[in-house]
Amino acid sequence: MSRNRTERLVNLVICLLATRRFLTASQIAATVPGYEHDAEDPREHEAFQRKFERDKAELRDLGVPLETGTVSAFDAEVGYRIARGDYALPDVHLEPDETAAVGIAARLWQHAGLAAAATSGLLKLRAAGVDVDLHATLGVEPVVTVDPAFGPLQTAARERRQVRFDYRTPEDDAAQSRRLQPWGVVSWRGRWYVVGHDLDRGATRCFRLSRVVSEVRPVGEPGAFEPPAETDLIRHVAHWSGPAEHPHRATVLVPPGRAAGVRRFAESVNPGPAGDELVLSYSDPDGFARWIVGYGADVVVLAPDEARKATIARLRDLVASYDPADAGPGHPGGERPSDGASRVGSGIPADVLLSAEGVR
Amino acid sequence: MTAPRVGDRLGRLLNLVPYLLARPGIDVTEAAGDLGVSDRQLREDLELLWVCGLPGYGPGDLIDMAFDGDRVTITYDAGIDRPLRLNQDEALALVVALRMLAQVPGVHNPEAVERALAKIESAAGDAAAGLPVAASPANSGMERVGELQGAVARRHAIRLTYYTATRDETTERVVDPMRVLVVGGRAYLEAWCRRAEAVRLFRVDRIDSAAELDEPSNPPPDAQHTDVSDGVFTPSEELPLITLRIGRWSRWITEYYPCERVLEETQDRWLVALRASDLIWARRLVLGLGPDVEVVGPAELREAVRREARTALDAYAEA
Repeated sequence: MSRNRTERLVNLVICLLATRRFLTASQIAATVPGYEHDAEDPREHEAFQRKFERDKAELRDLGVPLETGTVSAFDAEVGYRIARGDYALPDVHLEPDETAAVGIAARLWQHAGLAAAATSGLLKLRAAGVDVDLHATLGVEPVVTVDPAFGPLQTAARERRQVRFDYRTPEDDAAQSRRLQPWGVVSWRGRWYVVGHDLDRGATRCFRLSRVVSEVRPVGEPGAFEPPAETDLIRHVAHWSGPAEHPHRATVLVPPGRAAGVRRFAESVNPGPAGDELVLSYSDPDGFARWIVGYGADVVVLAPDEARKATIARLRDLVASYDPADAGPGHPGGERPSDGASRVGSGIPADVLLSAEGVR
Repeated sequence: MTAPRVGDRLGRLLNLVPYLLARPGIDVTEAAGDLGVSDRQLREDLELLWVCGLPGYGPGDLIDMAFDGDRVTITYDAGIDRPLRLNQDEALALVVALRMLAQVPGVHNPEAVERALAKIESAAGDAAAGLPVAASPANSGMERVGELQGAVARRHAIRLTYYTATRDETTERVVDPMRVLVVGGRAYLEAWCRRAEAVRLFRVDRIDSAAELDEPSNPPPDAQHTDVSDGVFTPSEELPLITLRIGRWSRWITEYYPCERVLEETQDRWLVALRASDLIWARRLVLGLGPDVEVVGPAELREAVRREARTALDAYAEA
């Protein structure tokens, strides 16, 4: 922006803040330096109007609340002013520990746009007399990244505007186009999700932002829908993953010093002649088998029968897949992996579980 | 959410008057540093403001300031005595950041974060009303964060019992803590590991015990913070490359682990190449994934998986 234009805009803001009456464009032209022109000359007047339109747009972009109204009861011409109450940041009084929190919050974004917005917000707080300590620490440094879809989705949710985007889960061969009425964006266990009404499924769905593979395109007008009252976004996302309950108990045998990753979760350890007997909790036998088989020969499931059988079945399938002729003991042999392989169990990280069962 | 345009001075100028008004007699260099501009830029801004003012534009109408050496005081503000309200992007960036901060475990003073959040939300007014962004409470297994960051603050060394997943072993070591980080929803202790003689990130949920020692934390002066802007695990070329043939229901690994290549082999089989931190870890991964996944290479890993599955199955035949 040229110096002249900046100067003109500063003067325009000061003038419109100072006036209590609405000022028409021609009154502004006659007052604020930089708008001088011959109003009788159509070309000059048109140039002025274009200039004034650009300046108004500039002020609105910046967030300056331009108020419009008629100049008087006898004159229908539109005038402008800035209401001080709408313009000014209200008084903010922060205690030192609160300014420290704001300073830390402002530098947590690893995203250029959000970081810049946080910085300019901080500058306004400083101009309001708040002395933000930029070097304060809270003992823990959070690093927050956002996916590219974050900005457009939160804007659409705020504007209550439908969106369309391409979405791909790891199980899908190709991305699918989805239409959503977004209710809100949620950070859950370090990942971002959008919750809303899926127009293709006719149901509530949540989507992981990292799986949005296209631009998020707004469709239609703002104000197109209303999220259900009292929507708890976090509960929606948490719901998909299901509670990780482990109501069952299994006993396994582990040689001394082996399978540290299993020992860490043992509820009790009983040393015996053949090794340590560990008691572990689990939710379903297939998921349990998936986890235990990872430790190979280091862990032998003793009880209950369902956990033992699931583990043996999985090991048999595994052996058969590498050597179809050798799937003993007591196995007919040569059988291909069972469908059990496609079941999703608790041996998989929780956020993967979320992807497989809920977020489609 | 676009970054402020280059050359967008107007916002800065409107902010500058109230900023200076709140700090009479501030040093120009200090103000420039505070506002993130050069000394020279600030002086140019002041020159421009000095010719702006109220209609009439006479000496009594223009913004006025007094200089005392390098110290500046606004003596007439022409009515721009307050900063502009927060716009939507600014409100979003600050409010959501504070909401996320409030959920981070081990933050010294969570009440201060909540109080600040309430005040910023109230000051932002409409710009922060109904912000459709929520942050969930922290993961479980973060209880230890508080005691770890206490040791960081007191600059004490820590004796850790730590589970190393790549080698499936739990070991003891003394570390010199540097900071506690939360990245991607997980907490980490960054410390100088005296055993490895290097800076290491320890996942807090894998710390089985932590004892704060009386001796001071003393990382070497050249110990560097880890760059986590691209995540915590960045696979390096030196790590063994493993190739797996996987079915559809194991494709989640292509999202969960950084993969170098994913090739469609047939309609329901894919070849996936990834760096494993350790072949023992890779063996556990592949065994756990089960018959839906087959090792293509290296042969050593394939053989280890085959043999281990066989041995494990035989253990049941004996019992």
